[in-house]
Amino acid sequence: MFKKVVTTTAGFIFAAGVSLSPAMAGGEAEVLHWWTSGGEAKALKVLKDDFAKKGGTWKDMPVAGGGGDAANVTLKARIVAGDPPTASQIKGPTIQEYDDEGVVAPYYIDEVAQAENWDSLLSPQVANHMKCDGFTKYCAAPVNIHRIDWFWANKKVLDANGLNMPTSWDEFNAAASKLQAAGIIPFAHGGQPWQDATVFEAVALGIGGNDFYRKAIVELDMDALGSSTMVKIFDQMRKLQGFTDKGMPGRDWNVATGMVMSGKAAFQIMGDWAKGEFSNAGLKPGIDFYCLPTPSNHGYLYNVDSFIFYGMKGKSKIAGQKMLASSIMGKNFQKIFNIYKGSIPARLDVPMDEFDMCAKGSASDLKYSAMTGGLLPSFAHGMALRNAQKGAIQDVITEHFNSNMSSKEAAKRLVRAVQDSL
Amino acid sequence: MQVADPKQLEALERSASRKRTLYRWLLFLVLGLFAIYYLAPLYVMIVTSLKSMDEIREGNLMTLPGEIMLDAWKTAWSGRGYAAGDVFLRPFFWNSLKMVVPAVAISTFFGALNGYALTKWRFKGDNILFLLFLFGCFIPYQAILLPMARTLGILGLSNSISGLVLVHTVYGLSFTTMFFRNYYISIPDEMIKAARIDGAGFFKIFFKVLLPISAPIIVVTVIWQFTGIWNDFLFGSSFSFGEAAPIQVALNNMVLTSTSVKEYNVDMAAAFIAGIPTLLVYVLAGKYFIRGLTAGSVKG
Amino acid sequence: MFYWLQKNLPKIVIAPSFAVILWFVYGFILWTVYVSFTNSKMLPRYDFAGFKQHIRLWSHFRWYTAVENLLIFTVLFIGICIVIGIILSILLDQKIRAEGFLRTVYLYPMALSFIVTGTAWKWILNPSMGIEKLFIDWGFTDFTFDWLVNRDMSIYTIVIAAVWQSSGFVMALFLAGLRSIDDEIIKAAKIDGAGLYSIYITIILPMMRPVFMSSIVILLHISIKSYDLVIALTAGGPGTSSDMPAVYMTQMAFHRSEIGLASASAVMMFLTVLAIVVPYLYSELRRQDAGR
Repeated sequence: MFKKVVTTTAGFIFAAGVSLSPAMAGGEAEVLHWWTSGGEAKALKVLKDDFAKKGGTWKDMPVAGGGGDAANVTLKARIVAGDPPTASQIKGPTIQEYDDEGVVAPYYIDEVAQAENWDSLLSPQVANHMKCDGFTKYCAAPVNIHRIDWFWANKKVLDANGLNMPTSWDEFNAAASKLQAAGIIPFAHGGQPWQDATVFEAVALGIGGNDFYRKAIVELDMDALGSSTMVKIFDQMRKLQGFTDKGMPGRDWNVATGMVMSGKAAFQIMGDWAKGEFSNAGLKPGIDFYCLPTPSNHGYLYNVDSFIFYGMKGKSKIAGQKMLASSIMGKNFQKIFNIYKGSIPARLDVPMDEFDMCAKGSASDLKYSAMTGGLLPSFAHGMALRNAQKGAIQDVITEHFNSNMSSKEAAKRLVRAVQDSL
Repeated sequence: MQVADPKQLEALERSASRKRTLYRWLLFLVLGLFAIYYLAPLYVMIVTSLKSMDEIREGNLMTLPGEIMLDAWKTAWSGRGYAAGDVFLRPFFWNSLKMVVPAVAISTFFGALNGYALTKWRFKGDNILFLLFLFGCFIPYQAILLPMARTLGILGLSNSISGLVLVHTVYGLSFTTMFFRNYYISIPDEMIKAARIDGAGFFKIFFKVLLPISAPIIVVTVIWQFTGIWNDFLFGSSFSFGEAAPIQVALNNMVLTSTSVKEYNVDMAAAFIAGIPTLLVYVLAGKYFIRGLTAGSVKG
Repeated sequence: MFYWLQKNLPKIVIAPSFAVILWFVYGFILWTVYVSFTNSKMLPRYDFAGFKQHIRLWSHFRWYTAVENLLIFTVLFIGICIVIGIILSILLDQKIRAEGFLRTVYLYPMALSFIVTGTAWKWILNPSMGIEKLFIDWGFTDFTFDWLVNRDMSIYTIVIAAVWQSSGFVMALFLAGLRSIDDEIIKAAKIDGAGLYSIYITIILPMMRPVFMSSIVILLHISIKSYDLVIALTAGGPGTSSDMPAVYMTQMAFHRSEIGLASASAVMMFLTVLAIVVPYLYSELRRQDAGR
């Protein structure tokens, strides 16, 4: 009993000692993120250095796993404990979801955003994602734009079979059947829910068209969700399933990319981070592999990584938030970061000459799609919907793709799942 | 018992010994087969950690590495020397030890004490009390993570090793109490009675009579607690951050990347290194399963 | 005073542990029960919403899959682990020379975290990398072993990996139990002419009741909480076919902004334990008391 009291007391004293770490002048930032290795970590280092140059103290708080799933758990524990991190890697409508819980106000970084005139540096769609309080005040800062609807293909395999990059889904199906007959796995895929959803949204954009995608996936229009177009989309998903190999379920995305690289498989649908795998192996776009958008009517599915800034107490932390927000939007940082990461800058005024062919294509497509109404948020990567609805849709997609559920049944279930989640 | 004829006894002995040899062989066969089942994944892990990435992509799981590469192990332990993106395990090892040792010691000690009080000093309602302890075994930690975070926040222990020690001690108590209670209940009460007649009190009996014969169950408990706490990721990642994080968080950060290139050889080496302390505890602690400890002292 | 202290010392000794359990277990359970009756989404809220979340839970197809899988997993996992544990501990208890080595071999999987176990088995069971490929490389071209990627079998791969990890610990529990048994009992039984087999069945195993209880509690706790292994091995797939309640709960609470729904599922898990496990444990304790 006495021992226990002693240990607990000692614990308190020890804890007090730990939490009294000196607050450096000029602001401190504790940053929760899941970019822990490879190009992502290199990219983040640029931010750390920039922040340090301005006199800030960066406290790194990496929690990797499940594309941020593990970090999400940590984040919620921190917020409930009443001690949120200074900044956290959060994106899409989740930003506004946190704001609704009242933990983001009073939006300290809005001051910086106004002073630096972020509204003129970002496209309106991207800027809107960063705003809280009824989309009026900046509460998050964007770092990049990933494109999701990419086809990655092995050029040698296509050439050897006399094939060009398909420009429609029917062309793709024909090419895939030919490859399958030639003993090549037409479609490299990893059967994980988020990858299934990634493929689904590319197919939905292509077969349904831009307006359909917006109606069904962004606005959750029940008629669109249960429409015959949706049935067609699921039909195409079933065809794609037939083009995969047996080892598909549970496979990591980069293993699938490896299959395309080695010529075992021909195509993969994946966001532009897949480029990192190719360039790591010394392969060149346009020579060894293709990076072209999946067939659609100039649609463009974007995924914007960003950092959210929570409500804080303490001068140095608030100062840290402001400094960090400014660093993230720095022109040089946005350039270097995105060259490492494979994406393109969120800021519109960053010169693209140092980027590779795929990134350049992505940047010019982005501008065109923004003008023609094809610039749409990726649902699979949490840009289109809140978590509950996103999850509900993902469940149905992955259940359909990994079973022999009929397309009609899938569309029906989709409507029900979304209704239940609202 | 009858006194048997010496000749008859000898024959009996011989056939018994033949039978015993056969039985021994069978015994080793069964034990050996199980050993293969248990060792296969370890073999895969080690072999993979010694291969280069090209070899992993091309070959199958069981093939031996063409050339033994220790690079993955070096990378896992002390990094590549990059300025960025260099997560490695060395600095986090100590964090975990600082957390595991006190948590295991405290929870094991209290478990033993509780188990002793519940079995050798019975009181009214002790079974119900024990049941209330046991229920704690079945709490999914994800369910209580948020109130736990709040509690630690209020106590001022969030983001500290002491907070983690507290959490692991609390949720370990249910198990340690059970282990000791179920062990002590099979120890004859006569020993305690004898000691009481000799005038020994509550604590004297515990320290002088029971603890010395508790080696096997202490081993089991320590193994259980050490493994559980060392391998914990959920609490570690939720209640301690950055440089103070336990090794599992670092391992996780090394192995689970979202959109970066995967290196399975480094992953496996890292997983193995992170498992060394627990493996060591298993190997070392195993010695204390010595037969006859209890029997000896019961007789004495 | 001194007499009172001496008389109540056992209770006083247990009191601090009990107080801690009361708050950290029962306090938190009450919190969870309350939250399951609210509209909590991203973070806990305390507005009362009636049985809404419970109704949603029981109309969600994933929850049914999870419950069914938990049943299959629990029965197989506990059964197989205990059988293997008993066999191995008895065999190891035959005073064999390599005991130390074998015991370590059987026990070491427990030293690894479920994440590592899951990853290793994921490779071994993967048809294009593991056992299936190995046998095909060896010339058995018709060999198939695709449980990992087969919707109907994926839950059994989780059983295989979990048994691999935990059966050794059950062996250790039984071994510790066997060693607390007085050698004299076995000797006496042998002298009475009983065979080794019948000694174990009729005398030793019945004495192991508390060990059975420990094992069941340990294994049940692993099966109820199984999260890491599922995530690492199948991530609930293919599709959502190997979902488990702990996975469901975690996803809902932390990745889906459905804390209310997650709490409702947690309450179901508590209730299951309360309805099935507690009666077993209680009757077990009474029986042990009666046998003293």
